[in-house]
Amino acid sequence: MDWGSILGNTIQAFLTPTTIAFALAALGLAMHFGFAGLLNFGIAGFMAIGGYGYAISVLTFGLPWWGGMLMGVVGSILFAIVLGLPTLRLRGDYLAIVTIAAAEIARLLFLTTAFTDVTGSADGLFGFNSRPDGSGFQNANPFPVGEYGFGPLTFNNQTIWVLTFGIAILGICVWLLWTLMRSPWGRVIKGIREDEDAVRALGKNVFAYKMQALVIGGVFGGLGGIVFAAFSNVSPGVFVTSLTFFIWTSLLLGGAATIFGPVIGAIIFWVLQAFLANFLSQLAVSGILPVSTTQASTLRFVLVGLGLMLLVIYRPQGIFGDKRELTFVK
Amino acid sequence: MKFLSTSKPQGLLKIIIFGIVSLFVGLGLAITPANADAVGEEFPDAVTGNVRIEGEPVQGVGISLQGEGYSAQTVTDERGRYFIGVPVRGVYSVTIDESTLPSSEFGVEGGATQEVEFGRSDRVVKNFFIGEAARDETSIFDQIVSRVIYGINFGLMLGLAAVGLSLVFGTTGLSNFAHGEMVTFGAVATFLLVSTGLPIWIAIPLGVALSAGFGWALDAGLFRPVRKKGLGIVQLMIVSIGLSLMLRYVIQFFIGGGTLQLPGFDSPKIPLFGAVALSVTDMVSMSLSIVVIGAFAFWLLKSKTGKATRAISDNPDLAAASGIDVDRVIRIVWIIAAAMAGLAGVLWAYFRPGIKWDMGTQILLLIFAAVVLGGLGTAFGALLGALIVGILIETSGLLIPADLKYVAALVVLIVVLLVRPQGLLGRKQRIG
Repeated sequence: MDWGSILGNTIQAFLTPTTIAFALAALGLAMHFGFAGLLNFGIAGFMAIGGYGYAISVLTFGLPWWGGMLMGVVGSILFAIVLGLPTLRLRGDYLAIVTIAAAEIARLLFLTTAFTDVTGSADGLFGFNSRPDGSGFQNANPFPVGEYGFGPLTFNNQTIWVLTFGIAILGICVWLLWTLMRSPWGRVIKGIREDEDAVRALGKNVFAYKMQALVIGGVFGGLGGIVFAAFSNVSPGVFVTSLTFFIWTSLLLGGAATIFGPVIGAIIFWVLQAFLANFLSQLAVSGILPVSTTQASTLRFVLVGLGLMLLVIYRPQGIFGDKRELTFVK
Repeated sequence: MKFLSTSKPQGLLKIIIFGIVSLFVGLGLAITPANADAVGEEFPDAVTGNVRIEGEPVQGVGISLQGEGYSAQTVTDERGRYFIGVPVRGVYSVTIDESTLPSSEFGVEGGATQEVEFGRSDRVVKNFFIGEAARDETSIFDQIVSRVIYGINFGLMLGLAAVGLSLVFGTTGLSNFAHGEMVTFGAVATFLLVSTGLPIWIAIPLGVALSAGFGWALDAGLFRPVRKKGLGIVQLMIVSIGLSLMLRYVIQFFIGGGTLQLPGFDSPKIPLFGAVALSVTDMVSMSLSIVVIGAFAFWLLKSKTGKATRAISDNPDLAAASGIDVDRVIRIVWIIAAAMAGLAGVLWAYFRPGIKWDMGTQILLLIFAAVVLGGLGTAFGALLGALIVGILIETSGLLIPADLKYVAALVVLIVVLLVRPQGLLGRKQRIG
């Protein structure tokens, strides 16, 4: 057992672009589900639209990186509106089925060979972060070439730029959500979660409030997809329904109706994933666990599923949640 | 290329952990055709592909390439593959030498000379599919008829799974996302029984019986206790999502990521009439579905437990007050739903064909589409919805690309919720 490498790899998962992308998407879900009570199971679709919107704008339409990212955000706003118009009047579990179907439609449209020229179909898109004409995200990198950080948290200048950018976006989103939830608008949103009819009786336009919540959370999810794309490539194999479920797990881990819960939940999720990946494969290699290394890496997803079940049954408010602010009201 | 994108969650993590660098490496590794007869391997970019006649690879077919001031030629290897490296990415025309084909009876789909253009990848794939020249003469009417029949076959299979999901929803209020894994379970159980040496006609009933036991275990071990604990329907739904993830990876743990086959999956298609050709397994599968669904309908309409089931779907409190043992009925519903899902899994394994750890997840949303289309909680609505979804998926292939056919079903799901949220056979009630 090489505890040093297990520990090092585990610490690395603490701060990665993927962790930040997960935190952003989980924050969007906190807006949707935790505060507004909307069962959005299509967060992977919002991420896909954000990521692809950015990549396609840069590659096909030649926009600079910030313009492309803006288009990704616009795309997720449009997706939220298109999704919300028919479905926000539906009961919770119907909304869940429709959003999961809409996310799958988006993914299949990115996957089909009919639009290969634009979407790259199964291969996805790459090469949009560094552009030959100097308009790419990495071309705007203010960090000189070199290594940054210490110990296991050492990054090259490209990664540190994505991390800085991602943390800045995450910080703005956390601040925005915190401010919104302390405002009168936030109190109406929480009121809708607790009792929609009561809020309607007070003369509020419940549909409009829900739509605003869906759009804001959708933008957070889209930004998650953009931060993911800013570091990696985008491909339809990433934005599958499992991604949605993993983000839900992160959210419920931290606490759905909290501001920092989703962020900390995402960090815990990835740190645990990294720890289990390394720990289980070492157990398999050293023969303590009588399984192959492939089976060992499957085991941690079994544990994710088990963890999600136990969490919802025994601590539905999450680690940081308040039991009085349970979001599973109905 | 394909294996990168289809290995879903591992693909996700692989990309996340190793990042873009390993992906580029992976892309290169995945398509390096070790056996292809290759020219220009020294170039970074290449045009590659294979030549098949009626799905069978053909060796020794001449392929020539021209464009961007460069030309090259090669022949296909024993797997029908060719590989031509090119100095620059651009537009090339690839020509198949028709005189090297085994027979002049054949026609190349899309013509002998076809154009390829490099995208952002360093590989372009150009496959040549060759059929007998007469094959495109099927009339549009015959095509529709044959697609509808395949659609009914698929829809009946879907219906087996959908009525169970609908009954569970009707009696417990649970939108069971683990229903897809119950489908996979039936196929995997049957496969494991077959691999112990049992003949398939014994393995299938045993596999279905095991599925029934699995349904009993799910209710007894998980869903009844959490119902008693007083979890809301949303919590129950997320519990079923966790269960779905867990079961999916437990199945992958045991059978791995590859595709397994049940015996007789490749039984030949027998031409019946028009353009309709069905294999023996197709016909057995359809009759089996019809018999099982008929028996199920009889049970639901005529038997005491069936009547109690419908009573609970209508109003659980009233049913309990009139002396129906609700827990007992729900237990039976779980057993029946799981058994039918298991049978659907076996038929799905023949329809795809193949058993894979995520095969149930692939059709879960289609099952939901069928159930919602017919009306959540109504068993016969689910059956009707399944037939419509099945026929829609198969016939939509005539109008839209084949890899978008599931999109049609999912769009219908959303449109139905928009205009008639209670579904085709559902009673009008407030669901908004």
